[in-house]
Amino acid sequence: MTLAEKILATHSGKASVSPGDFLSVKTDLVLSNDITAPMAIKEFDRLGVPGVFDPKKIVMVPDHFCPNKDIQSAEQAKMMREFARKHGLVYFEVGEMGIEHVILPEKGLVLPGEVVVGADSHTCTYGALGAFATGMGSTDIAIAMATGEIWMKVPSTIKFIFHGKPGQWVGGKDLILYLIGDIGVDGALYSAMEFHGEAISALGMDGRFTMSNMAIEAGGKAGLFHVDAKTRSYLKGRTTRKYTEYRSDPDAAYARVIEYDASKIEPQVAFPHLPSNTRPLSQVGDIAIDQVVIGSCTNGRIDDLRLAAGILKGRKVDRHLRCIILPGSQQVYLDALKEGLIEIFIRAGAAVSTPTCGPCLGGHMGILAAGEKCVSTTNRNFVGRMGHIKSEIYLANPAVAATSAVLGRIANPQEVV
Amino acid sequence: MPLQGKAFKYGANVDTDAIIPARYLNLHLPEDLAKHCMEDLDAGFINQVKPGDIIVADTNFGCGSSREHAPVAIQASGISCVIAKSFARIFFRNAINIGLPLLECEDAVDNINPGDMVEVDLAAGRVTNLSGPKTFTSKPYPDFMLQIVKAGGLVEHTKKKLSGAK
Repeated sequence: MTLAEKILATHSGKASVSPGDFLSVKTDLVLSNDITAPMAIKEFDRLGVPGVFDPKKIVMVPDHFCPNKDIQSAEQAKMMREFARKHGLVYFEVGEMGIEHVILPEKGLVLPGEVVVGADSHTCTYGALGAFATGMGSTDIAIAMATGEIWMKVPSTIKFIFHGKPGQWVGGKDLILYLIGDIGVDGALYSAMEFHGEAISALGMDGRFTMSNMAIEAGGKAGLFHVDAKTRSYLKGRTTRKYTEYRSDPDAAYARVIEYDASKIEPQVAFPHLPSNTRPLSQVGDIAIDQVVIGSCTNGRIDDLRLAAGILKGRKVDRHLRCIILPGSQQVYLDALKEGLIEIFIRAGAAVSTPTCGPCLGGHMGILAAGEKCVSTTNRNFVGRMGHIKSEIYLANPAVAATSAVLGRIANPQEVV
Repeated sequence: MPLQGKAFKYGANVDTDAIIPARYLNLHLPEDLAKHCMEDLDAGFINQVKPGDIIVADTNFGCGSSREHAPVAIQASGISCVIAKSFARIFFRNAINIGLPLLECEDAVDNINPGDMVEVDLAAGRVTNLSGPKTFTSKPYPDFMLQIVKAGGLVEHTKKKLSGAK
């Protein structure tokens, strides 16, 4: 069996499972946020159950339109807060919260071998820890909150092997964008993705979170890494709970095996309006931009901010452009403060925000006007995703985004460093 | 009774931001969401759609965010079912869970034009283009999902299971 199949088998009390099997899977953690929880709460109430299956295994995070951006968002956040209090759920209030997919691993709430379901498509982020984590809808989450179980179809697994050593400005973001550019936004539809190879082993945890995070942009159900020394070291001090490291069998059956030479992959830029619309940085051309966003569940971790600061240190953001930086959590913010990164950003002329999903989904903190172009370290560049339907989003890694902020056009870090 | 309505036709990779833009995710009531359904992709949709009408789309319909607001908005707009070459995974389960019928049928998509009158027999998995006319057969639901659909969605299905377990 593959890693995904093993985790699903143990969570459904089966000795073995095969792709296509329908299972009732036990959940270790059930997640929702301020825009998906209200609908889940309404469905939960319709079920007429006395309470949740286990309040310690249900997390709610007010991160999308919080701190509240308008009255309706405030009402939805309030609805979630009151439900969380009533049922004694794990809840992170503004001031303590960060972007859900940044803080859950940070706080040791997700461990290898666990099953996590979340009413947020980027729940697949936790695959970086060797957990089977997948996004669902609000009704699913209502059922999981009530019963601790949810239906799943066992996905087939696609194995991706990244051979070789990536170049200096190539990170997890570039590897996953390259992959999505290759297989398309539905190239891994209904599948689990498994990442292997020299370039994958060399990635730090933050780069791995970025890759698993964007599995959904290829249509994937999960994006999984095997536990190694880096995973264990990341988990140290974050949890006292025991966990199981599962590994794919040497003879596991894969739907496909796709191999890449990472040493030949340049930094990638995804052009409007699909994450698969990628081009190597050298072939981008001269594109003037109006805004840069650095942050999100994709690239809002400390390694990402370090990369951006490395570029912005001693330089200035182009005066015709807004550069907005959003640390993914209060801990990332604190670490960035201690390392002097926040001062670098502010002296460079960037705006630094409290953690929020904010601009990534066109919520607040950096909405685009008609005709504006934005380089963003986020995950989606659909029509209207960050604002007006005539605005454009170019997805890139934090170093490319920071360089573009300095030069006012999409640019290669080599031009300034 | 078969579903019947006019076809609204769209291309590949219609994402959930197009179905219901995130700026309306501060709403969660079906009737509020319906007012903005397909707004950024087809501004005329909401004024033209009539109860029973059918969305016909290419591959990967509903990709992107997990927002259940997307199938909820489609359902509340009056659309009776969506026919596509393929559906994004989360959208698919969300639609099944709330009782919005989806049909996977490549031939039907290729042979239905915008504005055609379409009839769908869900039980038989049959799509008929009344403007054609031509009949197509969709992929059947797996048994497990059919049970959810028959129960009227996942909440009703689970309620039944829970009361049976008592």
